[in-house]
Amino acid sequence: MTSVKELSKRKDIFCAGHRACSGCAPAITMRQVTLAADTNLVAGLSTGCMEVVSSIYPYTAWRSSFIHNAFENVAATISGVEAAYRVLKRKGKLSANYKFIAFGGDGGTYDIGLQSLSGAMERGHQMLYLCYDNQGYMNTGIQRSSSTPFGAATSTTPAGVKIPGKQQFQKDLTEIMVAHNLAYVAQASIGYYRDLNKKVEKALAAPGPSFINVLSCCHRGWRIDPADSLKYSKLGVDTCLWPLYEVEDGVYKLSMKPREKLPLEEWLKGQGRFNHLFKPENADMLKKFQEYVDKKWERLLWKCGEGKEKTKEAGK
Amino acid sequence: MAKRLSTKRLALTGNEAVAEAFKQVNPDVAAVFPITPQTELMHKFAEYVNDGKVDTELIAVESEHSAMSAAVGAAAGGVRAITATSANGLALMWEILYIAAGMRLPIVMALVNRSLGGPLNIHCDHGDAMGARDAGWIHIYSENTQEAYDNTLQAFRIAEHREVMLPTMITLDGFIISHTTEVLEILDDETAKSFVGEYKPLTSLLNPDQPVTMGSLALPDYYFEHKRQLVEGMYNAPRVIEQVAKEYYELTGRQYGFLENYRMEDAEAAIVVMGSAAGTTKEVVDSLRDRGVKAGMIKLRVFRPFPHEQLANALSHLNSVAVLDRCISYGAQGGPVFGEVRSAMYGKTIPVHSYIYGLGGRDLTPHMVESAYNDLFEGKSDPRMRYLGLRE
Repeated sequence: MTSVKELSKRKDIFCAGHRACSGCAPAITMRQVTLAADTNLVAGLSTGCMEVVSSIYPYTAWRSSFIHNAFENVAATISGVEAAYRVLKRKGKLSANYKFIAFGGDGGTYDIGLQSLSGAMERGHQMLYLCYDNQGYMNTGIQRSSSTPFGAATSTTPAGVKIPGKQQFQKDLTEIMVAHNLAYVAQASIGYYRDLNKKVEKALAAPGPSFINVLSCCHRGWRIDPADSLKYSKLGVDTCLWPLYEVEDGVYKLSMKPREKLPLEEWLKGQGRFNHLFKPENADMLKKFQEYVDKKWERLLWKCGEGKEKTKEAGK
Repeated sequence: MAKRLSTKRLALTGNEAVAEAFKQVNPDVAAVFPITPQTELMHKFAEYVNDGKVDTELIAVESEHSAMSAAVGAAAGGVRAITATSANGLALMWEILYIAAGMRLPIVMALVNRSLGGPLNIHCDHGDAMGARDAGWIHIYSENTQEAYDNTLQAFRIAEHREVMLPTMITLDGFIISHTTEVLEILDDETAKSFVGEYKPLTSLLNPDQPVTMGSLALPDYYFEHKRQLVEGMYNAPRVIEQVAKEYYELTGRQYGFLENYRMEDAEAAIVVMGSAAGTTKEVVDSLRDRGVKAGMIKLRVFRPFPHEQLANALSHLNSVAVLDRCISYGAQGGPVFGEVRSAMYGKTIPVHSYIYGLGGRDLTPHMVESAYNDLFEGKSDPRMRYLGLRE
């Protein structure tokens, strides 16, 4: 893996001057991902915060080539660019080597872009699809996505007196991508950026399409202090809500096992979107959410060959 | 007299003829998804790919939305990109049609016209193309298999011209042309290739010396100017369409323009029509002429950019005009072509009538066309849309 010292010498591809909020974790994700891609790059972005803040005409925050098409089709768009690249190489019309990264937020990836993503991965285009997952449609005003956690208050799942926030658990997109039998799939968090750098290097070197899902806090949507963006991106991992792992050729490997698995409340408390869960009448929701996280974590440990004895629970 | 180069005569369906033109062009990327009645076109092209007759990267995408999205990506990557679709497929692409045009990407698409549901129907009408008339694409209609082939070759030259730079769709009527075998004349591969020429992109994502940002966000301070520039491409298109047609005529002896005027010199009334219905209408004109009735016909080949001036000139000596639309614009005064024609005729006192025909693949018989001519010559006017071949 490239050292931090080495990375620090590289010229930023996603550079200063973009218009993201201060403390925006996805913007840090963009910078860390592109730093690790030390090559000619075509970055594709689905419509969303990172596209909007980085490409306002007549300016651009991109030193690499960049294309934005629409919300749901970044994977298909990069499929086309990558096909163009292959044909130019085959015909001897291009000598430079390129890598391709499609970036989408969770809305553009888990929801409206899922078909386009699945198709591109199945066809085997040589690209990394990187989802910066901030658990909601933050660009349009903090609406729920299928990545929004259980209980969270969003603009479309407000913490009402009758229905207290989102009633469904997150879709497990990383597992859906594992089921595509990709060369490389990983879950990462911008809270652990060195792990992310490493995973991007591996993904770009993989012999086929790859996918990384990166927890990248939106302090506006999570209702926290902008200074705490990375803290909460880390706590997601430390509480095992968002474990760091990778799957190479179908083999699971845990990237980091927290020394002490923190209670989920450590991640929930202080996030304004979960305030209502701490009311006495919602105590059962807290309990339900913790049980869900525990069960998922046990299953993951088992898949990574790190679990306890194969329990009935984990094996299900 | 036109030079005649080596050509050959083949019996092909419309779909096969367009696939043949695509084969000769040998585009870099083709993004395709099946839909009736377009499917055969890409079956044929996929055979060419897998038999090594073309160098194309074929992307068999998972939807038409992705087909157009991948075509945008490929064209932005600086290569020649094609696709083909029909009806619902075009409707699914709709969002990206605007983006392709806004990004000035010269994608060429074959649209095999089919109706849009509901109720579900797989047969021909022009409702699919008309839904996309304001997307910023050039629209070229074909009367028969020969024209489908010829229009395909010319489309690349028009779309890719530096002063145009607009995506272009050529259309052929579903089943009526796409599945009908006709004898047509095709160019030899080398002549077709040299007519179309090498593609040299203006910008490319894949130029290491000059990385580029494409598909920016343009706010109220710039968006309007972007759209105005697209209009400029459309303004320039007529000159290019004519120039390309002239070169094609010199090569083939086949004449193309915006309109085909059929027995119009001394005509007193005429029908304006697009696509395969022109063939039927010509038959009716001939039979009326045999009976001494001064009927004429105008076939509209290019719908976007719409040839307002040429059309107005061609119709200016008539007593009355009927426009036959294979599409309804619900709630409008008439079909979409009618609206354009009457707008072109603004300030003239010649009455223009709207007839709707052939929706969902209903046959247009000579008898129906003749009834429209009869209305014109008998001076029967009706401010509302009238229908040909409809049970009421």
